[in-house]
Amino acid sequence: MAWRDSRKSRGKLLLFIASISLGIAALVGITSFRENLIDEINDQAKSLLGADFSVDDRSPLPDSLFTKFKQFSASTSKETSFSSMVLFPSTGGTRLVQVRALEGDYPYYGTIETDPPEASQAFRDGQFAIVDEKLMLQYNAILGDTVMVGNLGFEIMGKVRKIPGQSDVGTSVAPVVYIPRQFLEATGLIKKGSRIRYTTYFQFDPEVDTTGLWSKTVEQSESYGYDVDTVEEEKENAGQAFRDLSAFLELIAFTALLLGCLGVASSIYVYVKSKVQAVAVLRCLGMKASQAINIYLLQVAFFGLIGSVIGSIVGVVIHLYLPEITKAFIPIDITPVIYWPAILIGVLLGVIISVLFGLLSLVGLRKISPLSAIRSGFEATKIKWDKLVGLIGFTVVLFIFLALWWQLSDALFALVYTGILIGSILLLFGFGKGLSWGMKRVLPGSMSFVWRQGMSNLYRPNNQTVVLVTTLGLSTALLAMLYFMQDLLVQRVSLAGEDERPNTVLFDIQSHQKEQIREMTEDFDLPVMQDVPVVTMRLLEINGKNKDEAWNDTTAQVPGWAFNREYRVTYRDSLISSETLVKGDWTGKIQQGDSIFISMSEGYAENLNVDIGDELLFNVQGALVKTYLGSLREIDWRRVQTNFLVLFPEGVLEKAPQFHVLITRINRTDVSARFQQAVVRQFPNVSIIDLELILKTLEDILGKVAFVIQFMGLFSIGTGLVVMISAIILSRFQRMQENVLLRTLGAAKHQLWKIIAAEYFFLGGLGAIAGLVLATLFTTLLGRFVFEFIFVPNLLHMSAIFLVVTFSSVMVGLLNSRNIIRHSPLEVLRNEL
Amino acid sequence: MSSILNVEQVSKIYQSGSKTVQVLDEINFNVNEGKTMAIVGPSGSGKTTLLGLCAGLDTVSEGSVTLNNVLLNKLNEDELALVRNKYVGFVFQNFQLIPTLTALENVMVPLELRGIRGAKEVSEDLLTRVGLKDRMDHYPTQLSGGEQQRVAIARAFSNNPRILFADEPTGNLDEETGKAIENLLFEINKEKGTTLIIVTHDIDLANKTDQIIRLKGGRISS
Repeated sequence: MAWRDSRKSRGKLLLFIASISLGIAALVGITSFRENLIDEINDQAKSLLGADFSVDDRSPLPDSLFTKFKQFSASTSKETSFSSMVLFPSTGGTRLVQVRALEGDYPYYGTIETDPPEASQAFRDGQFAIVDEKLMLQYNAILGDTVMVGNLGFEIMGKVRKIPGQSDVGTSVAPVVYIPRQFLEATGLIKKGSRIRYTTYFQFDPEVDTTGLWSKTVEQSESYGYDVDTVEEEKENAGQAFRDLSAFLELIAFTALLLGCLGVASSIYVYVKSKVQAVAVLRCLGMKASQAINIYLLQVAFFGLIGSVIGSIVGVVIHLYLPEITKAFIPIDITPVIYWPAILIGVLLGVIISVLFGLLSLVGLRKISPLSAIRSGFEATKIKWDKLVGLIGFTVVLFIFLALWWQLSDALFALVYTGILIGSILLLFGFGKGLSWGMKRVLPGSMSFVWRQGMSNLYRPNNQTVVLVTTLGLSTALLAMLYFMQDLLVQRVSLAGEDERPNTVLFDIQSHQKEQIREMTEDFDLPVMQDVPVVTMRLLEINGKNKDEAWNDTTAQVPGWAFNREYRVTYRDSLISSETLVKGDWTGKIQQGDSIFISMSEGYAENLNVDIGDELLFNVQGALVKTYLGSLREIDWRRVQTNFLVLFPEGVLEKAPQFHVLITRINRTDVSARFQQAVVRQFPNVSIIDLELILKTLEDILGKVAFVIQFMGLFSIGTGLVVMISAIILSRFQRMQENVLLRTLGAAKHQLWKIIAAEYFFLGGLGAIAGLVLATLFTTLLGRFVFEFIFVPNLLHMSAIFLVVTFSSVMVGLLNSRNIIRHSPLEVLRNEL
Repeated sequence: MSSILNVEQVSKIYQSGSKTVQVLDEINFNVNEGKTMAIVGPSGSGKTTLLGLCAGLDTVSEGSVTLNNVLLNKLNEDELALVRNKYVGFVFQNFQLIPTLTALENVMVPLELRGIRGAKEVSEDLLTRVGLKDRMDHYPTQLSGGEQQRVAIARAFSNNPRILFADEPTGNLDEETGKAIENLLFEINKEKGTTLIIVTHDIDLANKTDQIIRLKGGRISS
């Protein structure tokens, strides 16, 4: 019976297939991609690290530890890396890069991909460098050119294309220049205060047992503060990072699927309404209500299955292209492999969701009286909602939560996201309802017929305003959120460069260079806005307890890293504009013999679990300095300033070995380029952070991120439009009847086109506005509570999104209404409608 | 008295697959302004087709139709729509109200399409005239068959048509309601001085008109 009944309605049922297909496609694509990625990480884990293990710290690995590790190894390599300026003399370009001075045969697994390929090994044999490909392109450098690293010039032997464990995004933040380690000393860049990381890479000797003694050595090294990275750890870290990325994409896909579900619910609702008469006749003939429901439930399940299978096939195609789209973030090669469980789950999910959302309308069939067969009227065809519908609604929400939980493996996150989704849908649903209600009351009678007719279609019987505003609104909100988050992040950085605030930071200035750099800055007519001394030190004790004692004292709750890290501290007599005293008293200057009261960032003191009056003992490059926590400061880290976690008063550190940071503002980019060049030529050890460059890099990265997210976001928009097409097609009969009658009564074609355009203009426009409002609300909340920043919407972006969504709606509306308008008015006479 | 509708040598041929079906064959008649005429005949005789051609809903295969001195053969669809809107009113067997518009809005449509001001007042008057003062804000599905046909009559007269075409106007109504509708149609027609063309099976109704055309097999039989 289910099959026979569907014969004349299969076209309509196909519509809801389309609604869920896109969501299932996105979900299957992403899930397959995630599993594929995890498999690849497992297979290529060694090439992520490039070695079996590595040991790194801010100080070189002592010989004693090196010898211990070496006994397990067949081969070792050393890398010293730090940030520094490089200069391309041929073009005069300067740029802050990551210099890696390499010795040995690293990488043992995977390769440093270069052009020409042999350069990755050959550069180690002489005064050669291999340079990040994009950096060379940016500064018009070619092979054979010289790159100045500190005092030394290196001939560029190759372009670096790929580094083990590093993605495109990673290298755009810090482009890499490799030089042979034997020339490091001669560059003159290893100076006091330089932030250098020393990494030693090891390849296991296959003959050596790496269980007992090896673990002990690792434990010992880590207790000294050295970070030992193994392939397993690298695998776990990489897996987690990409799981986070794919979880985010899965959320977007799931949202697309949910939008499709709204389409399913609305399609089935309209379908069921058209079946009221048939059901009434069947009930007259003795069919039970449950049998009637089963007939249509079987149809829904069957067509849901077809939709899910089609979606899964499209998902597999998406999966084939995802590695290409995400390659900027992922440092490993991915060969797409079909992942059958993802397809199976996609199909299952599609069928369950179709049935659940379909049931919402189908249970209404219970209430259809056999009397409707002989007396059709407005009330009789209305499908009523009752407690059972509420129960199914609850099951739907529960199912969404469980599906998200399974997908994200995080119950709380799944609960929050379900809440946000349902809340958003309810908000949009309410907006749609309010719109229908309000439109009916405020529609101005003076408006032209065409506009009024278009607008009043939003509240007339059988309108689909609520469904369309909800689906278009939610998909617009998703798209807008992606743009707004981008705006929020860019605004956060841009603001720092506004007005007369500093935008250029020179660091690693040695004490003897301080005056010369100050003069040079002033020669360029640039203001010296801050000139800050920096002293490095380590924390030895908190309240008389050293690292070991603090670790053993479970009540102290001091994190281990507090003792391992290097503190970069300044001293001055007053607080600066980015600091606000929140607790205690600040003593700006002390005399010899006085107790030393330091100030700490409020958040950092919380992490260290220290409070006012606590005693902290520092090792200032050999000299022990006992201090007391005197005050806590709130710091605005967004400002381009030298902000310090720990601040000393004047009168303590003046004689300690130190380096300096100078802050200025450069308004013109050409002056900035000339100034940077002059500084790097004369003081190669000095590094420069240029806010413009940071902004540009950030925009570049955000652009790449946005592309991936927008790709997924398109599925939501696509689903929204499919739901719209379904709504138009489902109401085609009614539309056709209306339009033919209007034609009969004398409406010209252009008037009919205008009515349709007006209706979809309002639907699209109001859906877009609802989505934009929702996105603004969420972004403002995120800005306020996560980024601690007031979000100012970008009107240009908002207008563009509004126009795109509205225009798409109008076009979809018009294109799908072509057949409706083409019908001859004669059909009205022949009762062919 | 001048002619408002002139039908000369009209034939209509439809192509149905590979077959050619001649629905009307050389029809000729003339209707003067303000007169009433009935087209009668058995099912399939071409009554509705002839009505459609006369009202500018379809185009002739051969011959010519002149309505209110406008030769319809030469007009495109939008020009025909304008003629219908300005000079023609319709009443259909199955009422053909727009289901998403209220009774009042349905009556206003022809006037609003022409951008005429005061459409609401005119329509309210007409609905009051047909006895639906209290049902103006109801949707068609909320009205009985008789009430729907009253709305259709009000709509048909809303643009002050020169000629009104009624296709089996009482065909879907019970006898009593049908009589009431019939009377209403003739009354308003008389008040407004409109020409009335009715397609009907009902000989009694046809006999009330000034002129009768009997169709059989696509030809005028007598």
